[in-house]
Amino acid sequence: MMMFALPALVLIPFLGGFAAWIAGLRGATRPAWAVSLVTLILMLLVLVNVTLASLSAGTGGWFAHFSMPWIPLLGINLRFDLDGLGLVMLWLNALISFPCALLSARNVSERAGLFHFLLLSTIAGINGVFMATDLFLFFFFWELMLLPLFGIILIWGDAGRQRAVLKFFLFTQGSGLLMLLAILGLVIVNAQRTSVITFDYFLLSQTAMITPVAGVLMLGFFLAFAVKLPMVPFHAWLPDTYAASPAAASILLSGVLAKTGGYGMIRFVVMLFPGPAAHLAPVAMTLGVVGILYCAWLAVAQSDIKRLIAYSSISHLGFILLGVFSGTRIGMEGAIAQMVAHGLSTGALFVIAGLLEDRLGTRDMAKMGGLWPAMPQFSAFAMFFAAASLGLPGLGNFVGEFLVLMGTWQVSHTMTFFAAAGLVLSSVYSLTMMLRVFFGPRRSEASSPLGALSVPHVAVLGVAALLLLALGVYPQPVLNLSVPASPHSVSYAQEQAQ
Amino acid sequence: MTPIPAIVWGVSLVATLLPLVIACPLFVSIILMLTGGKLPARATTLLVGAGMGLCALFAVISAYSFLTGPDSLGALHVVLWNWMQVGNFTAQIALSLDRLSLVMMLVVSCVGFLILVYACAYMYDDPDIARFFAYMTLFVASMLLLVLASDLLAVFVGWEGVGLCSYLLIGFWYGEQANAVAARKAFVVTRVGDALFLLGMLLMATAVGSLDIPTLLAVGPHAPSTTLTLGMFLLLGGAMAKSAQVPLQTWLPDAMAGPTPVSALIHAATMVTAGVYLLARLHGLFVLTPAAMLACAVVGFVTILLAAGSALVQTDIKRILAYSTMSQLGYMYLALGCGAWHAAMFHLVTHAFFKALLFMAAGSIILRVHHEQDIFKMGGLRKDMPWVFTAFLIGSAALAGLPLITAGYFSKELILGSAYEVSPIFWAGALFGAFLTSIYIFRCVFIVFWGGHRTHAHGRSGMAMALPMAILSVLAIAGGWMEMPDAIANVHIFSNLLSPVLGALPQEHGTSLLIVGSLVPIAGVTIAWTLWRPRDVAPTPAESPAIATLRADWGFDTLYDRIFVRPFMVLAHLNRRDFIDRFYDLIAALTQGSGQAIARLQSGQVRRYAGWIAAGTVAALCLAV
Amino acid sequence: MNAADPNGALIVAVILFSLGALGVLVRRNLLFMLMSTEVMLNAACLAFIAAGNRWHLADGQVMFIMIVAFAAAESAVGLAIILRMHAAGRATLDADTGNRLGG
Repeated sequence: MMMFALPALVLIPFLGGFAAWIAGLRGATRPAWAVSLVTLILMLLVLVNVTLASLSAGTGGWFAHFSMPWIPLLGINLRFDLDGLGLVMLWLNALISFPCALLSARNVSERAGLFHFLLLSTIAGINGVFMATDLFLFFFFWELMLLPLFGIILIWGDAGRQRAVLKFFLFTQGSGLLMLLAILGLVIVNAQRTSVITFDYFLLSQTAMITPVAGVLMLGFFLAFAVKLPMVPFHAWLPDTYAASPAAASILLSGVLAKTGGYGMIRFVVMLFPGPAAHLAPVAMTLGVVGILYCAWLAVAQSDIKRLIAYSSISHLGFILLGVFSGTRIGMEGAIAQMVAHGLSTGALFVIAGLLEDRLGTRDMAKMGGLWPAMPQFSAFAMFFAAASLGLPGLGNFVGEFLVLMGTWQVSHTMTFFAAAGLVLSSVYSLTMMLRVFFGPRRSEASSPLGALSVPHVAVLGVAALLLLALGVYPQPVLNLSVPASPHSVSYAQEQAQ
Repeated sequence: MTPIPAIVWGVSLVATLLPLVIACPLFVSIILMLTGGKLPARATTLLVGAGMGLCALFAVISAYSFLTGPDSLGALHVVLWNWMQVGNFTAQIALSLDRLSLVMMLVVSCVGFLILVYACAYMYDDPDIARFFAYMTLFVASMLLLVLASDLLAVFVGWEGVGLCSYLLIGFWYGEQANAVAARKAFVVTRVGDALFLLGMLLMATAVGSLDIPTLLAVGPHAPSTTLTLGMFLLLGGAMAKSAQVPLQTWLPDAMAGPTPVSALIHAATMVTAGVYLLARLHGLFVLTPAAMLACAVVGFVTILLAAGSALVQTDIKRILAYSTMSQLGYMYLALGCGAWHAAMFHLVTHAFFKALLFMAAGSIILRVHHEQDIFKMGGLRKDMPWVFTAFLIGSAALAGLPLITAGYFSKELILGSAYEVSPIFWAGALFGAFLTSIYIFRCVFIVFWGGHRTHAHGRSGMAMALPMAILSVLAIAGGWMEMPDAIANVHIFSNLLSPVLGALPQEHGTSLLIVGSLVPIAGVTIAWTLWRPRDVAPTPAESPAIATLRADWGFDTLYDRIFVRPFMVLAHLNRRDFIDRFYDLIAALTQGSGQAIARLQSGQVRRYAGWIAAGTVAALCLAV
Repeated sequence: MNAADPNGALIVAVILFSLGALGVLVRRNLLFMLMSTEVMLNAACLAFIAAGNRWHLADGQVMFIMIVAFAAAESAVGLAIILRMHAAGRATLDADTGNRLGG
């Protein structure tokens, strides 16, 4: 059972997506939506099953394994392995994908089947990214998660979507190409050394340790993930893309897709090339700090609420870079906690931004203002997530940021100092957002009756708030579980064999 | 035969009650948030009263059982759960009760209870009363966590929590843009301090390996002295921002935008004193870093004088009180810098009494004169509201430190004496500050309560407002009798209470200092009377550029605006479209442009193609040759 | 003229080729352009013949025959296009007006 759980996590959403497409062919929105939800619930059940089995296997190391030949001639296998980091990320993906599907019922009225198919394929791709341990397979999923998303933005996006998608496409595909080259390079170097052609993560990690060209190869991986994360100065695609995306895509992009970059940094940069990564660390950390400050600064000046959240999101992702490259365990744990917390808080903020856009018909904060009395419940939620995003202790983001800062402190005091300055700036833009949207006098344009929150919105925001609170107050389970397993530690398959 | 069970019961009672002290206001807050304003005002006030009453009751019971228990000299730890544990770093959510936190807990819960009862009447007609009390009770819970937490990181949770509640409450009437802006300013300025605090914690955690305060106090002294000094400087920075000390003081006057009970609770009695408490808590480390202590004393010294100077020319009654709070906090910082922990804590307690009283009285006035806050538009209120007048007078007397009969006198004398030990300059400055204090507060008293009517007072302050004021009036007078110099009476209840934690009270000084210190407030009141006693013409505020600067906080606000805020915002707006993004756009434009330029070659004119072919051939031949 | 010395023939060929190229470039009449192309091809033929003569190989003549065949085909196609365009209503032979392939 456990054996097939991993591929099932990829196959279920993919097949479910097909089913949703077929269900939506007649043009009805409801059936596609229902199929999509059922698929996600199925996926969640499998995930629960995997988690239970993993927990009983104990913490640390690899929990589960699946392998099947795909193209034996080139040594390409369908190989999945699951460790704590992957498991936590899978959970994040599952949690974020629910609101995407749930809340889309309102916004997506035409070609709903296609929408759900694309959405679920993206989710399948992301699941695959978090589990694949064959580099070719990893690359396959990496592309699989991006392509449907292009479609979603292109078909259901806002004004300016063509340009945004083109930018997104060029950045991610360009960097993806670099990663492909790096993968091929690594395989060739390995083949020259051992005369075996293989794309296996564990086997390649041996070569990656010793080869003299490791630095160049690592750079290929690094750039791909740096663009995806994104790291300054490769962030230019993000604000445009987030702003032009439909709500579901913004949530998915900010909540999970950015985390694939962080995940890749850990698994394929730091763990695969520990030596060169240590050399790169000062540069990466500096760029992380620059990103924290620069994007926080940009966020203050935005008048489009989605762009503000987008820039704030890049600013927070700087902490992930900082933590991953601090080279300390505490920093790494912090980065992972930050990934989870940031996924929840920014995802929730995008839910809020989407709802505002939906109700007011604008994203321009100059046209909002004084919304609190009109939508008190919703404003209270916004306040909560703004507080989370400015790193209020007791909420999840603080745990991540504090641990990252603590890890960084052991490496460089100066960088920690500047990163802490980012905390001040984060309060500036978060509170500016609250000020401009919810406080102050009512603007006449926005005086249309806004109505009560819909039940799905309350449920989604409430669950996100509870999870953030839980993560902030008692983060230990996540910290314990999310330890990334080293490629050099005995893999689950080998363990079974012994 | 075995009295042990009873004692154990006593201790475990404290261990049970201590979390409940925090949980009571927290639950009230959660209930109010979840009901989302659907509770009627009556139910809300009842709920708040009950919750806060229970909180104060539990605090008193646990204080009593702790002091009568076997462990009353030490500390009681209640570990609730492990917060985070990574590698060899552990942070716990744990509460600890010792005599210092006990005093602070009592101040927060009891004064908090009184102010919330007052607030129930004050805010009764506000449609958003539930939201108000949700924030207020959340504040009390955070403050109690700050006070009781035994781990510095957990202290930080409370620390930021009170900051957030302060933000929410300053901006409570968010309909006015100015209030929301003031709230944001308060949060951001204190956040600067919080970042320093965080860095200080990181430093300590790395040097010591733990943020548990007892561990810090035990192991910290073995850390290298530069590390320790830097760490204490950073923590001092955090404390200063929270306590509105120069140069991070600019947020406090603006914070008066909040409802008056908020000012009484947060910006007078509790939150702003959190920094003082923190430093007193860490005095074992603080004392090892003379440089940080000196800085602390200088900051306090400067703040006393600057804030008193500003208070002298304010026209808004709440701003006068805000500046006086700042100035009084300056005394506490001066005391901390001089190593007079007892004096600082004592002044903290008495200040909580009389400043809360002053704010409540001011709130009653404001409520009854139609939300007028300009003192020059009031006058002759002595006869309209005699009881409020009495309360305000008692508060003012205590603030001015009129000798013997007020609480402020004893605590201020203790600080003046310790300051003299360190440096006569500090003493002289603080004394001058006391002189200014008595002038500005009695200026306010004489203008508001004497002279002709310039406004109409209506209504009465109800029981719920009067009773807390009465209780605090008594405390503002009698609270000082807990601790008297030997020259007057040998009473040392307060210092005996705290000496197990803070060490013995230092030697006393001659009576000459005491006499000078007693005469100065009286002189101040006299001067205030000669300047602002009721005359035929209505008093008007003095105007001149110098006074305008003084009124605007010595120009600090303008300075910060010019140096930090405006360049930051202007540059941010200039770069709104992100020059890195522009750079990529430039590449895109170049690519597109060159593509179009080359595309133009494809004109469809055969002759031109032929020309290009010829030119190309010639060029190729040239290259080949 | 020395049979083994192709210089003279090559000079003539170059002059012919240049004239042809010039004709293609400066004339706007399609017919004249076609004729100029023929001239250029003939210049090439001349060069081949001269070179074949110089090396005593038949290749030059082979190439000549091929080029003549090409030239015939080319002018047939070119003339056909011109006629076709004329039939389609273009009453001009100006090459520069033909840059809108409105497919």
